[in-house]
Order: sequence, then structure tokens, then C-alpha cells
Amino acid sequence: MKFWLSCLALVLVTGTSLAIDTSESFDDPEMQARYEKIVEEVRCLKCQNATLKDSPATLAADLRREIRRMVEEGMSDDEIFDFLVDRYGEFALYRPRASGRTLVLWVIPVLLLLGGAFLLANIVRQRMAMPIDDDVDEKD
Amino acid sequence: MSRYLIPLIAFAILIPVFIIGLDPERNVNELPSPFIGKPAPTFELPTLKDPARSVGSANFEGQAVLVNVWATWCVGCRQEHNFLLQLEESGTIPIYGINWRDTRPEALGWLEQLGDPYVASADDRDGRVGIDWGVYGAPETFLIGADGTVLYKHLGPLNWPIWERDFVPLLTSTEVDR
Repeated sequence: MKFWLSCLALVLVTGTSLAIDTSESFDDPEMQARYEKIVEEVRCLKCQNATLKDSPATLAADLRREIRRMVEEGMSDDEIFDFLVDRYGEFALYRPRASGRTLVLWVIPVLLLLGGAFLLANIVRQRMAMPIDDDVDEKD
Repeated sequence: MSRYLIPLIAFAILIPVFIIGLDPERNVNELPSPFIGKPAPTFELPTLKDPARSVGSANFEGQAVLVNVWATWCVGCRQEHNFLLQLEESGTIPIYGINWRDTRPEALGWLEQLGDPYVASADDRDGRVGIDWGVYGAPETFLIGADGTVLYKHLGPLNWPIWERDFVPLLTSTEVDR
């Protein structure tokens, strides 16, 4: 009895977590994989912190439909991303491409890392140059 | 001296970040439109009033127009509707509508009830033209120059102060160009 009740509870709970994207899957598993990868990498412009895959907005549904159509038509991933960037700007992509204005996003972390390494090297070199003299500290 | 230099530089970098990021006038939903300065996307759709007739970019030829994306489910559209009616009455610029993701009876009812500021409204029921125009939240208003380039895009309801501030300077400068 308890077992069946928990089974029922499980069914009820999982029923509420139905996927937002209710469209049918592609016949071709490779296309399906591409479609799923793309909708996870595109921002829903309406609710800006969700991906197209997770967004319930009608605009997201429209864009999923367009991406589905483009995948079916055999357009490459880059062509599909170009389509979206042409209309909505680089902001639409969660993984901005390393070109033009978005280059800043890719360069800054490298610069910070180099700057940190430089600072660290300087500090280490300074300390290495200090005389190792424990007595001085103890007398103070 | 140099021990204060690095915090000072960090401070100097952070100040503009905060000034921009905390600007109360800033609308975080507003994205830069990739269309500014580029040719407006072409489209052709049935008109709302008579599906047998079509309206589209071909109708704009040679004149500056306003393209307003609206829908009956959109609260901001109701807010700006009176402004659009007044603008139409002033005869400044022809206004074309794109009725975005709406139903025809509701849209027709809206125009009948509130008045119709549009030369014509295109019926974009499945939102396909909306995607071509990079529309992500109605109301959106595009200013198209006489040569067919997008001069400006405004997100959100329009009113006279915004019109005077953002649109009028562009309008006068393009008129000088002609």
C-alpha cells in the first residue's frame, strides 16, 4: 500500500515538472541534439536570465519554432547564431563570440590573470630579497 | 606612495561602472538594437482591416515613417495610444502598425474603440515578422528614414517628452538631408 502511494506521489510530483518546450522531437537524433544545444545557448530576450529552452515566454516559443525550422532546413549552427545576432544582437548568445565589441569580455580575464601573476611575482621577489633574520623580529 | 596607487586605480575603474550601473534612468530591459543605421528588414503582410490587401516595406518608399509594434494584450500600447492618435492628427509622419501576436477580432475591436492612428496595420499573427525586426517586447517603435534605414528604435510606451527628445532631432536632420 505504502509503495503504491509513494509511486502515485512520484507521478504527481513529476507531472508538475513537465518541460516548457512541448514541441515534438525530431526524427533524426542528430538534429534533435543540435536543436537542444542551440536552445540552451540562446538567451530569451523577454526574460533575460532564462535560456530559450527554459523560458515560458511566447517570444521564446516563437524563437524555438524558428530555430527548429532552420535546423530542419539544414542550416549550420553558425548560420543560426548569425540569424539571431543579426536581429537581437550579441546579447542573445550566452557564449558571446570573440569578435568586435565582445572581444573585451574575452580579453579582460586574461589581462586580470596576467596582472595578478605580475603582482605575485613582484611580491615574491621583494620578500626573497629581504634578509632572513629572525632575531630582529623577536627583539622588537 | 605606491601602496596606495593600486587601490586608487581600482577605485577609478569602479566609479564609472557604478555610475552607469546604478543610473536610475537606465532601463535594464532595453537592448541596443542591431538595426540602427542599417536598412529596415523588408516585410509584406496582410492588413488587419482587409486580409486580401497587403502592407509592407514597399509602402514606405521614399518617405520617413514610424513603424509601431503593438498588440491588444500589451498594457504599454494602451498607454501610448493617445499619443499616437495625437501624433497622427498633427500630420508629422505616417504611422504604420505591426499587430504582433494578436487575434484579428480583438485587434479590430481595439482600433474601433480607441481610434486608429495607423495608415495601415500589418497582421503578424505568428510573430514571424516580429522576429525579423528583432522585436522582443511590445510596444516598440522604429523610426525609418526616407532612404529606408532604421534611424531609431524606442522600447516601451511613447509620449510627447520622449518624442521631442529622441525622435524630433533625427527627423529634422533627415529632412535637411533631402
